[in-house]
Order: sequence, then structure tokens, then C-alpha cells
Amino acid sequence: MKNTALTKTHEALGAKMVPFAGFNMPVQYEGVNAEHETVRNAVGVFDVSHMGEFLIEGEYALALIQKVTTNDASKLTIGKAQYSCMPNDTGGIVDDLIVYRVKENTYLLVVNASNIEKDWNWIESKNDVGATMRNLSDDYSLLAIQGPKAVGAMQSLSSHDLSSIDFYNFVVADFAGIDYVIISATGYTGSGGFEIYCKNSEVKQIWDKVFEAGADYGIKPIGLAARDTLRLEMGYCLYGNDIDDTTSPIEAGLGWITKFTKEFTNSAALKAEKEQGPKRKLVAFELDERGVPRHGYDIVEETGNIIGVVTSGTMSPSLNKGIGLGYVPTSFSEIGSKIYIQIRKNAIPATIVKLPFYKI
Amino acid sequence: MNIPSELKYTKDHEWVKVEGDIATVGITDFAQSELGDIVYVEVETLDETLAAEEIFGTVEAVKTVSDLFLPLSGDIIEFNNALEDEPEKVNKDPYGDGWMIKIKCSNLNEVDGLLSAEAYKNLIGA
Repeated sequence: MKNTALTKTHEALGAKMVPFAGFNMPVQYEGVNAEHETVRNAVGVFDVSHMGEFLIEGEYALALIQKVTTNDASKLTIGKAQYSCMPNDTGGIVDDLIVYRVKENTYLLVVNASNIEKDWNWIESKNDVGATMRNLSDDYSLLAIQGPKAVGAMQSLSSHDLSSIDFYNFVVADFAGIDYVIISATGYTGSGGFEIYCKNSEVKQIWDKVFEAGADYGIKPIGLAARDTLRLEMGYCLYGNDIDDTTSPIEAGLGWITKFTKEFTNSAALKAEKEQGPKRKLVAFELDERGVPRHGYDIVEETGNIIGVVTSGTMSPSLNKGIGLGYVPTSFSEIGSKIYIQIRKNAIPATIVKLPFYKI
Repeated sequence: MNIPSELKYTKDHEWVKVEGDIATVGITDFAQSELGDIVYVEVETLDETLAAEEIFGTVEAVKTVSDLFLPLSGDIIEFNNALEDEPEKVNKDPYGDGWMIKIKCSNLNEVDGLLSAEAYKNLIGA
């Protein structure tokens, strides 16, 4: 199992460590609900250095990215990022990712830790255009500094005006005594803030200075458990749960990042699926009664007939009710529709709702 | 780790306090800390008669679900209703406000099969 450059720091803070995607990661420090609140109301820091980073460079970098991803990377100017996904040849998704345009012909792809090897091999297999690929995953760390107080708490650490970085934009600037890091206005929580990409050798210094600067703002370290409840309240997909090799971007509600202005892997079939309408859809639901929906539970009709499956579920800390995502036939996917979640012996009624579950 | 010496324990990390033929049951400090924040305690066996080791309910933490096993045979005569709205009481006070059920025991000989505080301490390696 791999460690991040901060593993010892997490252990010293008393974190509960768990294996996740081949890494020894902090799942919680003081408790998931308290950590969730910290990010919603103040500012928290996640070590998400397990994420993978690929650099795609050269004259044909854009051509390769356009070919393997669904979003239109030609729209990216330097300093902009976009959420995207890589479809496979059979209607599913290899991974979801963020594409950053760092320089004229240099793009950074940030992929899920569990998929680093699979993604690398996949992109390489499609690289008949001659782009240069570098896997930086083992050399780079990633801190997510998230919450409504992130900008205020972190401003003293950079000469760049952090409030001027718009959502899904980034700068390469000084931060916490390091001359060049990527400061990106992205995240997986819905509560605003930044993600900082730096070298492994730099991350401990940054971590320490971030906590010094944030002390007056109530900054705390946040584990993966709260990362999951925070992302689920926003309805953000988690690869391996809500999307995988068998789910199409169209049925997963990722049509907004699937642009048919260009050709890409399996684009003709996905275009046809979009035009005809998918047979099933990923929906968001709230339980009408007490209970906690979880990944793998059946979605049923009142009669008990199984119509789908829960892909993510939790007790929402902000709403104090059971929330989840799951696939159902399109005929059941209307907002306001009643479905039932089979929780052990009981079918608990639930209502299909619009995302996000929690409005910031 | 708090393991009160006056209570009895099970290998499933429950504690039992026997007074006459009434047993109060909850989960141990170790169990609540392993589970993390508890978000729901479901007991649907109120007023039922169950045998020892049958499942009497479920405790749901943010990340996991665990069955609750009845430590002693008998009737489930009470559920701690306060847990409906405040399941976090199990985290805050597992041996007090976080108690879960009361059993009217049908076979008090079973008490001898429960673990002492010392034996439970050894079990969890505390």
C-alpha cells in the first residue's frame, strides 16, 4: 500500500487510516459529522494526494485529449479547467477527470486514484497522434482547501488575489513560501475553496502554513468519509459507485459535459443514445422516512418489483435525512416520482428530487 | 477505552446491565468509536420475544451498518426512544443516555455466559 507525503502527519493528528485505492488514507479525524460541518461553515483541508496527474504535451496534445474525452477541450484557454469524462468503446466510462490547460500545448489531466494505471494504459492505447505523455502521480501532492472561509483564510499565503480566481479557473502562483504551485478554484464539496497541486517535497511546508494561516478561521483536517458526504449532498458522481465501465455518460446525467461538436471514443453511439433518450437514468432521491440508503440496495416499486439499484447513499449531515443516487428506468425518473428503497426487510418510500440535495 | 467493571459484555461489543430479571443493553465505547458517528438506530423488535444471539436491530454509522445481537433471551420491553432523534447519544454516552433496549429475561442462567469487563478488555486488546 502506498503512503502520501503526509501519512505520518495524519497519524500524528490521530486520524483513523484506511486503505483506499491502494493508498493509506485518513478516513476521519474527529468525526465525520463535525468535519462535514467544518467544510460547510468554515474551512477544512483534505489530503487527496492519491489522485493521479498526467501531463499531456506537444503539438498533438489537444488532439489526443479531444479524442479520449467527452467535453470540448478546445474551449479551454490557458488558466481554465473543465470537468470531463473518458468513455470506453462499449458505452461505459473509463474514468471522470479534470482537464487543465496549463500552457499553449500542455494539459494536466487529474484522474481518480483507483484508475491511474487503467487510465494511463487507455490513453496510451489511443495515442496514435504522437502526443507526449508523462505520469506525475507519484511526484505530486494535492491538497483541497474547501469551505466558505477558504479565500479569507488563505489570502495571507499568496501574493496572488485569491478572490479573483473564478470557479474552474486556476493560476500558477506563489503559495505558502513555495514559488510555483497550481492554485485551482475547484473541489468536490460544493462549498468553494481551492485545490493546491505541488511537489511531494513541498507539501508538508504548505500543510503546516495552511493550518497556521487558517487557525483563526477554525481550519481543520478533513477525512475521506466527510469528502463522500459533502460530494453526495451536491450530487457529484463518484467513479466506482455512480459511474463505471458499464454506465454511459448520458444515463449518468453527464450530458452537459458530453459535447457532440467533435468526434471522440464511441461518440456516434452516445449521440444516438442522447437523441433516443437513455433507457435508464441516474436519479437523486430523498427518503420520506427515517433510514439510510446505501450503495447496492435495491430500488423497488410499491409491489416489491425491483426496478433499479442505489449507487450512493448516506444520511445527509446537513439535511438530517437519507439521500442517495441510483439508476431507474427513465419512466420512473421524473422529479417528484415515488420510488421505494429496500432497506433490509422494509421498502422505505422515497421521492425523486432535483440536485443538489443541499443548496449552498 | 472506557469499560465499566460492573457491566457484562458480549463478543459482539454490547454491554449488559442486569437488574433482577431486566437487562439493559447498549453498545460499548469501543464499538461506538470503531463505528464513528452513528446516524440511525433501528429497532423493530419491540414487544417481540427473541432468543439470545438473534438480531434485534441495526445500528447505522455514516460508513457502515452493523446488526445488533440480543445478549440474553427474553421479551424486548423497551426501546430508548431518545435515539430516534438523537442517535449521537450512542457516541457521546454509550453506557448512559445511549442505551438501546431493555429485555425481560426468560433465562437468567445465560448471564453466566456473558463476558466480564476483564474478559472483554482482553477481547479487544485494550
